[in-house]
Amino acid sequence: MAGIRPDTALKPPTNGRRRKGPPAKLLPGVSRQQRLQAINGATPPSLALRGVKGIVLFLCCAVVIIPFLAVISTSLADQAQINQAGGYVLWPDNPSFHAYEAIFRGGVVTRATLVSIGITVVGSGLSVTVVALLAYSLSRPGTWGSKPILLLVLFTMLFNAGMIPNYLLIRQLGLIDSYWALILPTLTSAFQIIIMRAFFLETPQEIIDAARIDGASELRILLSIVLPLSKAVVAVIALFNAVTYWNAFFNAVLYINSTEKWPLQLVLRTYVVDNTAIGVDLPGDVVPPQQTLQMAILVVSLIPICLVYPLLQKHFAKGVVIGAVKG
Amino acid sequence: MLRPISRWDRFKRDRFLLLLGLPGIILVLLFQYVPLLGNVIAFKDYQPYLGIMESPWVGLENFAILFNGDPAFVNALSNTLIISFVQIAFVFPIPIALALLMNSLLSERIKRTVQSILYLPHFMSWVIVVALFQHMLGNAGLYNTWARQHDFFQMNIIGDPDLFIALITSQVIWKDAGWGTIIFLAAISRVDLELFESVAVDGGGRMRQLWHVTLPAIRPVIILLLILKLGDVLTVGFEQIFLQQGPAGLQASEVLDTYVYNRGIVGGNWGTSAAVGLVKGLVGTILVLGANKVAHLFGERGIYSSAKDSR
Repeated sequence: MAGIRPDTALKPPTNGRRRKGPPAKLLPGVSRQQRLQAINGATPPSLALRGVKGIVLFLCCAVVIIPFLAVISTSLADQAQINQAGGYVLWPDNPSFHAYEAIFRGGVVTRATLVSIGITVVGSGLSVTVVALLAYSLSRPGTWGSKPILLLVLFTMLFNAGMIPNYLLIRQLGLIDSYWALILPTLTSAFQIIIMRAFFLETPQEIIDAARIDGASELRILLSIVLPLSKAVVAVIALFNAVTYWNAFFNAVLYINSTEKWPLQLVLRTYVVDNTAIGVDLPGDVVPPQQTLQMAILVVSLIPICLVYPLLQKHFAKGVVIGAVKG
Repeated sequence: MLRPISRWDRFKRDRFLLLLGLPGIILVLLFQYVPLLGNVIAFKDYQPYLGIMESPWVGLENFAILFNGDPAFVNALSNTLIISFVQIAFVFPIPIALALLMNSLLSERIKRTVQSILYLPHFMSWVIVVALFQHMLGNAGLYNTWARQHDFFQMNIIGDPDLFIALITSQVIWKDAGWGTIIFLAAISRVDLELFESVAVDGGGRMRQLWHVTLPAIRPVIILLLILKLGDVLTVGFEQIFLQQGPAGLQASEVLDTYVYNRGIVGGNWGTSAAVGLVKGLVGTILVLGANKVAHLFGERGIYSSAKDSR
């Protein structure tokens, strides 16, 4: 971007918003942030407007946070407080992990959590591998057949075969009631292949040629040169796929028949959405109230997402995500 | 003197590179293109025990359901269109307003915090969102329990077929309005600051900056997203609706995708439901291509040319 010309430069703000350090002389190299502050300083919003904005944004944030707060608090609350509040609490008086002990005693929830973790790890690992390999083979100019293959991939963005043919294919392949039915169909995504290929194309050809002259194989070039230079996009795609696999719900409804193979999302639907009673046997102990158990299952399904969320967020700012978002 | 290399030489040269791409190519062919062929059952009387090849051909008989006014199909189609247009009208503008609001925040720290909070629901599955809504707003949920105890007005939004559209629309807003701002904020952040500076120098306040700089800057993005939305009018939140069909009833909640599921996979009417799915897919593709054409006519860049520009 061109440097700042003196004729369009603003005077430094004078309404007490002056920053510390040297006065803003608008040298070339003034950051975008500083220029924005100068513009904002020159045209301050009215107090009423700022108040209204504050209230609106506060309400938006509260609407998002309160459900999560209530869920976590209720999962930790004890019987007495639940009874007194009539079901849900916003803050636990005597927090206890009783409900979590109950659901992790080796029943349905324990098994479903393990199934979901397995599918998420295997699925996101495999998908980022397959996508990276294909994107790389399509990113080298002049590769045999790369144009038709690219078209083949691009074309899949225009249509979707539909639920019935997909179901019949899985049945034909004998994958009904198999974990692979939850992993394989969603491994590749045209969008991700295109995005990753675009990043790989940025790798300077000179470095790759140099490596080739030094005798590096294609795989070696991918692993030691191209991937390290595109770390951000690989990380974002892996994380997004992990979230997608963890959240996947309907494929399990379609393809998984036996309850012992249920992923967590199906357990969540049965016990927390449809309110099927949860049976737990805690020998010689008081069974925690249903709401507490339900909220504990909900919290378990939230935790992995909250764990990867900060990592995902690190990349929002770089704009990588815009393209990587799955439709 | 360099000699052009033959195809065969190129194939030999690139064979290892092609081998790397092979798993991906096989998966794309198997899970994207083979099901496409499976759509032939739309023209057959599919019998599971006969298989796809052996089932008898019935011509266009399965497609009759699209035209003979089957009440369940008409209901699903009209519900889909109503929900789509309600959501374009009420959901689509919210991220734009929210992005402008967040962009106008002076403190970078507050902006970041608000963003982190509002983006979070996007990453929750629909099962989680539906569960949260039930336990917060259901008859025995947090809000109504509190309202009963305090003689406050109660909200019976869940399980009331008349309020089904309001319910799912508010869920979509809760989940994705924050996330929807990201693309508008990105567009705003690419605006040349000299434009804002010129407005400020010419004595224009914040409203003028908004009207003359920010809004024109995000107009292409707004149009692009609207095109994509219009191309998608036949698809409404399938998982979300599927999860809530029980309490709401089919009359209010059946949409095209759930119709295909209920009729085909639950009801065993493979041929007709595949026909409905096939026509829905074709019409959807035509809608996207058509909307893109219209955008070009209005001088916007649309989807395809913008992809070309970025290459």
